Amino acid sequence: MATTTIPIAETTARASRRRSMSREQTRAAFLFLLPSLLGFLAFMLFPLIASFLLGFTNWQLIAPPKFVAFDNYIRLFTADPTFYRILFNTLAYTVEYLVLNIIISLGLAVWISSVKRGQRWYRLIFFLPTFTPMIAVSVVWVLIFSPDGLLDYVLSGLPFHTPNLLLSPDLAMQAVVIVSLWAGVGYNMVLFNAALDLVPKTYLEAAKIDGATAWQRFWRIRLPLISPTIFFGTVMTAITALQVFDNIYTMTHGGPGVATATLGFQIYQYGFGNYLMGYASALCWVMFIMIMGLTGLQFWLQKKWVSYDV
Amino acid sequence: MSEAGRKRNGATLALEGLSHVGLTVVALLFLFPFFWMVSNALRGNDEVFAVPPRLFPSVIEWGNFVEAWVHLPFGRFFLNSMIVAGGVTIIVLVVSSLAAYAFARLKFPGRDNILLAYLGTLMVPQAMLVIPLFLMMTKLNWVNTYQGMILPMAFSSFGAFLLRQFFLSIPKELEEAAFIDGASRLRILVSVILPLAMPALGLLALFTFIAQWNNFLWPVIIVNGTDKATLPLGLTLFRTQQGTAWNYIMAGATFSMVPGIFLAVLLQKFIYKGIALGSGFGGR
Repeated sequence: MATTTIPIAETTARASRRRSMSREQTRAAFLFLLPSLLGFLAFMLFPLIASFLLGFTNWQLIAPPKFVAFDNYIRLFTADPTFYRILFNTLAYTVEYLVLNIIISLGLAVWISSVKRGQRWYRLIFFLPTFTPMIAVSVVWVLIFSPDGLLDYVLSGLPFHTPNLLLSPDLAMQAVVIVSLWAGVGYNMVLFNAALDLVPKTYLEAAKIDGATAWQRFWRIRLPLISPTIFFGTVMTAITALQVFDNIYTMTHGGPGVATATLGFQIYQYGFGNYLMGYASALCWVMFIMIMGLTGLQFWLQKKWVSYDV
Repeated sequence: MSEAGRKRNGATLALEGLSHVGLTVVALLFLFPFFWMVSNALRGNDEVFAVPPRLFPSVIEWGNFVEAWVHLPFGRFFLNSMIVAGGVTIIVLVVSSLAAYAFARLKFPGRDNILLAYLGTLMVPQAMLVIPLFLMMTKLNWVNTYQGMILPMAFSSFGAFLLRQFFLSIPKELEEAAFIDGASRLRILVSVILPLAMPALGLLALFTFIAQWNNFLWPVIIVNGTDKATLPLGLTLFRTQQGTAWNYIMAGATFSMVPGIFLAVLLQKFIYKGIALGSGFGGR
């Protein structure tokens, strides 16, 4: 009898000790997490829910909000004369910026990793704008692009007429893309350069001995090996690109006309220019859904080109 | 060395040299906007649009930097930027360390779900949050106050995640001795884990500070006038002031870039390693 009771007593004691231990841990975890959770609730979850609800009201800051069901969304998709132009601008900007950013930053990363000396200096130079305020960067480029400014002078030497970038409805977005690229390629360049450094030299040497050309070594070995990093860079860059605001605010204010008005700019304009808080909130959800959609699409596409198993 | 080997060696050397020339040209072109900014900051406003453009000012006007300061309260903007970026950074470090300890070292129900929810917030656009946050700040009467500028920016799911990853890589054995000695969890976090996590804390501090120093969307919404304006906001005020004193604007832009460039140059190796580890703010 004694031989059976003792183990039972022991296991229950151990179980209750474990229970009290885990209760103690839960209590401690709650205290450690509390400041963070409060921030999460107040500055993330609450605004998220509020934004969703505001999207169904006509709140204009002065009068109390009124529930208008789907009116904002119906107006966006059927009556707003600029909505589709803004969607197009945002997507066109994002695709162009994303593709060029990845190509240029990857090209620079490969180029820099190919030289033997001075890598870190080149890296530093291309990285510098990343650490400077986008507003300051934009202001400098506005001076370069401004009518009768430096760029106009340089372009006037060309045999054909070139309009001023910022004043041309067709080209203003290109000016925005140029500035975003100048400010943004450095981060991805460093990211990719670091990944390239981690590719084992032995792989490349083995391929070289087997007679693979530099071109083949890049496409068959280095690119697949760093594809998870490229994927990460692409996802993060796309999320920020869809929100573009700072340089548009500074350089064009959405103009000429609505040629450079993107979702990020228009949300600001509706919300804080016209105080249409409800309408702007509806537009926010369009942006959020686009971000989730594009991120989801990339995760789906990654199966086709990202290799994790090498 | 064989004849062919020597030839090939010479070819690689020539290629390396050519590569450097090419990279240097691209790098110099890339640096041009910085040069143009400083060059215009140092000239009289009548020379900004000289035809043909002047690469260098005819007379170097160092006084522009002082004049810009008089023109708009740049000292004030600088101080505000420091207070806001510094304030957010300190809070993020403390709050993220505490949360990361819970995520990395404690077992509790819902842990993985909370972490997942935190990661999900990386997709939430800032534009979406600022409208409700602005209304919240209006209700609290925090518009145009430091607390209104700092607190809503001080929640960082990214910080908690980054530190958690780092804490997980620290062997638990190091804490067990202290635990047996009866040290509290907070004590262990502060005196055992955090000193070992200095590289991760440094990275989080650096990237948080820079992101806030450069932040524009929240200041442009929450700040009225010049009293609480940060540097990026101050730069946009400049243009609407009188005419466009481009030389002063360029002086102001230079001011606003100095801390970031200084940190980038000083901490380049550290930043490189940090980005290699997948930290930082990813893309832009």
